[in-house]
Amino acid sequence: MNHVAEGLPQPGFADAVFDSQASFRAVLDALARPGQIRTLTAPLTAPAPLSPAATALALTLFDHDTPVWLDAGAGGGDVAGFLAFHCGCPLVDETERAGFALITAPAAMPALHGFAIGEDRYPETSTTLVIDVPGLTGGAPVRLSGPGIATVTEVAPLGLPERFWSQMAANRGLFPLGVDVVLAAGEQVIGLPRTVKAEV
Amino acid sequence: MSTSAHTTPDQAARKHWMGVLARAAEDALEEAWKGLERQPEHVWVRRPESGMTMVRGRANGNGTPFNLGEMTVTRCALRLDDGVMGVAYVQGRSHRHAELAALFDALLQRPDEAGGLQRQVIAPLEHERSQAGEAARRRTAATRVEFFTMATGRASS
Repeated sequence: MNHVAEGLPQPGFADAVFDSQASFRAVLDALARPGQIRTLTAPLTAPAPLSPAATALALTLFDHDTPVWLDAGAGGGDVAGFLAFHCGCPLVDETERAGFALITAPAAMPALHGFAIGEDRYPETSTTLVIDVPGLTGGAPVRLSGPGIATVTEVAPLGLPERFWSQMAANRGLFPLGVDVVLAAGEQVIGLPRTVKAEV
Repeated sequence: MSTSAHTTPDQAARKHWMGVLARAAEDALEEAWKGLERQPEHVWVRRPESGMTMVRGRANGNGTPFNLGEMTVTRCALRLDDGVMGVAYVQGRSHRHAELAALFDALLQRPDEAGGLQRQVIAPLEHERSQAGEAARRRTAATRVEFFTMATGRASS
């Protein structure tokens, strides 16, 4: 690609139908089996600084009905133009109005309770956070238990702030309300639904 | 990317040729494409996809908008090897028609090729279409029936 192409939308999935269906299944599995690493179908391009996995998730789940919040890192690059072209999703400035949040700088991310936690009658209207981390393994181990986990499992993602896990514990206390989290790195994701119990 | 209600001359010109390409017959576009000296390579930004769009109208052109009905539309976006992006929205389900219209849209944005293509492709297509329109109008005019309302002269009591 030469410089003329800068700023113009880049291609999304190679095959929009099958690739988004495969990615949908992978995200569904990731949230049903918290802590297990799932691989999404990588799109042809990912707008900087989004990971291929976060881009695949956006192409799969975002449309004109999903208000999306971008953190400062995602808002500064080509992400907004890419999402407008491929997903047509509205971008919002208020975290509590977001259906999805794309976070590329987890160290500086807002507190979880700042996002939409849903309503008693419609708990599904909460925000799903997609957090790009430097790696899904190699960090400090965290023990996970709860629905979808037979006994106990362990994850060790890199780059999350310490306050994240205490906020996840508080988030679990809100059940059936609360936010769901998907950690992304490269082409892989880990699902952390609101039901997961995490011990550092 | 900035969106503005004002149309620049460049945008007006592009709107015009995109309209001509969308309304042209697929065969005519295919022929024009084969007639080019060099058919550039392209990559898909959005593969051709068919969908429905609601056509809206206004009575007399200035009344309240109403939904006329849905029509099938095929759209696609592609990028030529030099980075120029071509876009097409055409009526119907022909993916090839959308592809050809997008290819010509991209080529017409190249300053060095636009003039030649305008003369060799856009102008003939437009001429063909206006000829066809004229013929249809003449056919219709030949069987035109004028309706007159006779005044009955009966006063309302």
